[in-house]
Amino acid sequence: MVAEPTVVNDVRPLIAVLTPMVAVVAIAWSGEKRKNLREIFTLLAGLVQASVVLSLTPLVLAGNVVEFHVWQIFTNVPMLLRVDGFGLIFAAVASVLWIATSLYAIGYMRGLHEHAQTRFYSFFGVSLCATMGVAFSANLLTIYFFYEMLSVSTYPLVTHMQDKEARKGGRTYLSYLLFTSLCLLLPALSWCYVWLDNGQGAMDFLAGNSMSEQFSDTTQIVLLLLFTFGFAKAGLMPFHSWLPNAMVAPTPVSALLHAVAVVKVGVFCVIRVYSDIFGIEVLQALDGEQIMVWIACATIIISSLIALSQDNLKRRLAFSTIGQLGYVVLGATLATKQGTAGAVVHIAMHACGKITLFFCAGAILVASGKKYVSELRGLGRKMPFTMGAFLIGSLSVIGLPPLGGFVSKWYLVLGALERDYVWVVVVLLVSSLLNVFYLLPVAVRAFFRNENDNEEGEGGLKEAPWQCVVPLSCTALGCFGLFFFSDVLLSLAGL
Amino acid sequence: MSENSIALIFVFPLFGAVLCALVGRKSRNLCHPIAVASLAGALWGGIETLRRVIASETNEVSYYFGGWNADAYPRGVGIEFRADYLGALIMLVVVGVAFLVAIYSKLPVAEETPEKEGPFYTLFLLQVTGLAGICLTGDAFNLYVLIEVAALTGYGLIAMGSARAAAATFNYVILGTIGASFYLLGVGYVYMKTGTLNMVGIQEVITANGLADSAAMQVAFVFICLGVLIKMAFFPFHAWLPNAYFHAPTATSSLLAPLVTKVMIYVMIRMTLTVFGVDFSFENTLWTEVIPWLVVIAIVCAATMALAQRDVKKMLTYLIVAEVGYMVGGIWVYNYYGFIGSIFHIISDACMTLCLFLGVGIILRKRRTTHFDGLRGLFRKMPFTMGGFFVGGFSIIGLPPTCGFFSKWYLITGGMLAERWEYMVALMFSTMVMVVLFFRLIERIHLAVTESGENIGHGHGDLALPESETFFDEAHWTMLVPLLLSASVVLVIGIFNQDIVNLIQDFLEPFDLPKGTGR
Repeated sequence: MVAEPTVVNDVRPLIAVLTPMVAVVAIAWSGEKRKNLREIFTLLAGLVQASVVLSLTPLVLAGNVVEFHVWQIFTNVPMLLRVDGFGLIFAAVASVLWIATSLYAIGYMRGLHEHAQTRFYSFFGVSLCATMGVAFSANLLTIYFFYEMLSVSTYPLVTHMQDKEARKGGRTYLSYLLFTSLCLLLPALSWCYVWLDNGQGAMDFLAGNSMSEQFSDTTQIVLLLLFTFGFAKAGLMPFHSWLPNAMVAPTPVSALLHAVAVVKVGVFCVIRVYSDIFGIEVLQALDGEQIMVWIACATIIISSLIALSQDNLKRRLAFSTIGQLGYVVLGATLATKQGTAGAVVHIAMHACGKITLFFCAGAILVASGKKYVSELRGLGRKMPFTMGAFLIGSLSVIGLPPLGGFVSKWYLVLGALERDYVWVVVVLLVSSLLNVFYLLPVAVRAFFRNENDNEEGEGGLKEAPWQCVVPLSCTALGCFGLFFFSDVLLSLAGL
Repeated sequence: MSENSIALIFVFPLFGAVLCALVGRKSRNLCHPIAVASLAGALWGGIETLRRVIASETNEVSYYFGGWNADAYPRGVGIEFRADYLGALIMLVVVGVAFLVAIYSKLPVAEETPEKEGPFYTLFLLQVTGLAGICLTGDAFNLYVLIEVAALTGYGLIAMGSARAAAATFNYVILGTIGASFYLLGVGYVYMKTGTLNMVGIQEVITANGLADSAAMQVAFVFICLGVLIKMAFFPFHAWLPNAYFHAPTATSSLLAPLVTKVMIYVMIRMTLTVFGVDFSFENTLWTEVIPWLVVIAIVCAATMALAQRDVKKMLTYLIVAEVGYMVGGIWVYNYYGFIGSIFHIISDACMTLCLFLGVGIILRKRRTTHFDGLRGLFRKMPFTMGGFFVGGFSIIGLPPTCGFFSKWYLITGGMLAERWEYMVALMFSTMVMVVLFFRLIERIHLAVTESGENIGHGHGDLALPESETFFDEAHWTMLVPLLLSASVVLVIGIFNQDIVNLIQDFLEPFDLPKGTGR
């Protein structure tokens, strides 16, 4: 971060946060009878939001931060929206991908004749509002508000099917997320509020911190643990199992929320706490901070191993997401400039790659009704665009150039080397290898294993509706784009 | 007129009650407008009073009924009503809640207690007179009288309910009378030792004559606290509450559930801070060591019992008992932030309990039951009602930005600074129970799954209900508007909590409470 950024007061952060809420009113008003109008409102909101967010880029690149003061929550702690480099990357990723997902959702929901689509689009909007809020929060309390809002507003989406599995998934989802946020996070926040200058500095991300002067080493470690596990949306083991269970939701939800928005909100909060509440100098000096690195590495390896054994495509992708979230947390725990930047950029890179994979999984489901990896033989011939995009997404997640995933992994390795953690580099390499094992066979099987089977009944199989195929092709191309334009992201992340 | 605003808070409902009693026989339909109008007048008086308290330099406004004002020491004679920030805020909550319930009560009263509008609204208004009086009186004996006014009218209001309400009321009468007797005994001791009944007067005499070590005063304090604890249904003295509120008519439980227990917490705060003084209440007794543990037991037991209920209304009555534990704990962890939490929780809990009980009343009216079995498909039928209901639920859980989050925040902070970890753990436990309780309701309302976990209908959200149970059919506006108003109050108080907390802080500042320095 630049030492003393210029503060620009602007209403645009608020507009970006509130646009989806306005859209929700319009969506609910349109209802099922005017469904084309309803979808237009969703797309319109996405476009407005993305353009507002992107219009802030030049200001932030010039070294400013944009602020909007909403109201005073507590003495000394305002509800404050602030756009800096980290927040802007995340907000831009979420809002641009929302447009793609909205288009995709039209094809998916209509293709499968899903019920209660108005409810679906409405709560989708609310979730996006909360996501934007997290990205633009200026202090811990504001971030907590939007964090909880996101937990609750995604519940109707997870339980969309309203059946037995939905109930089980929804229960796991909420009990993990609310238990951690109310029982671990809230005390940690309260602790920071009263014992650090009476809430003057500790809650704000820009204030500089007095952690090391105020607390003993043990207390800091306890706080660190409370925060890291309290933000359970980051999917760190052992608080990860809500994510595979949330896969009962319709695929657009899994794609945008459980590969991009919700989980990235978790890791984003973790990065905020590590780099802006504790600060990387404090963490480097802190004894026992390696525990966090171990936890992140363990999550990466274990989740990849579990992913190998999953036959359900969406569940496999979910475990892959847990592993990739581990990368981001790892970057934050390394507590170096390059590691943190790598983590922030990885949010964008993984988002683009993983949403492609989920879009493909959904498209396969719409076109063929298949959801298991073992059923996908020969599908590549019938659905070339979808499976091609799946291959590109896989390669990006694995981290091969010239795809986006390579850049962020590169900086994570640099960050690890800066701290002399050679074993972390080994972990990263092993994990990449595991990624190859559990992602590539899916695409390979689809393209090559056709000869043995002669399935006559699937002669009529073809690509999913264009509303599904266009977004997934775009995000696949985006994976290339992110590699070539990664310098913008890196400079936003402070490198 | 403005300088008499304190008196108007009583005059309006009191004369409204008389009027209802007079016209109730001949023209029953007039009672509801009379009640609403007189409570609107009281609400105006309440807002005016709060404005005057804020404007006054001492943050305090006194009013002597009949102009009796004896300045002699010890202060004794005269009917003094004193509004400071604490009293004025709680009084405003009382009058505001009563006003909303009065609007709401039109249909439930006409349907559940037909042809009894006259007696009902007479008792209703007297109840409000008593509760608002408790918040404002400056005299320990008048407080007793007003507690009894509220209690006696409460017995009448509850007994109007279903067939089993009479038995529940009898239970309440016995426990309520025991509680009031304890309180009265305590006041008797205080009068013997100090020779005054004026609250500030008692405090002055205690300081001047060094009565802090007097055994009689200690006994008086214990009696008064015990009486108040019984009256507020603190576990294990809660046995009267669940049945009484469960069998009471809808309008009655909507009025009593948010107010009665909360007003008793106010009495406890008033007694410990103003009457006996901080040093006497918290430094000289074992209570500060023991009560937090009792609170832990109370919260855990009440929350667990709420978990065992299969009826929404019954479940809510146990929640009230748990919430009483929160507030008593906030007082007895003996910390500045704990007191802020307790006082703010009185206000926010009144609003959210109101919200929930109004919602339950609507469910009862539409489905004829509040049992968990009858909840399916309610979101489709009444989206606005259920939306308002769940704002109240989220507030009980403590999700931001509802007011429940902020009161819980201050309570947790107080417990942490006082290093009362057991209290914090109990709060966390009960928070988790609330999450389970309310999302269990959401599941039953939202999902198409039977109690035993089997899918029903043909998938795709098919609730397998006759169309009459699911088509859009919102509650009548006289019921819906108060519910939505109370839900928005829950949000507004949360969002603008800073303004209220500032007033509470101004009230607490002179008492020099420990702020905690722990590390």
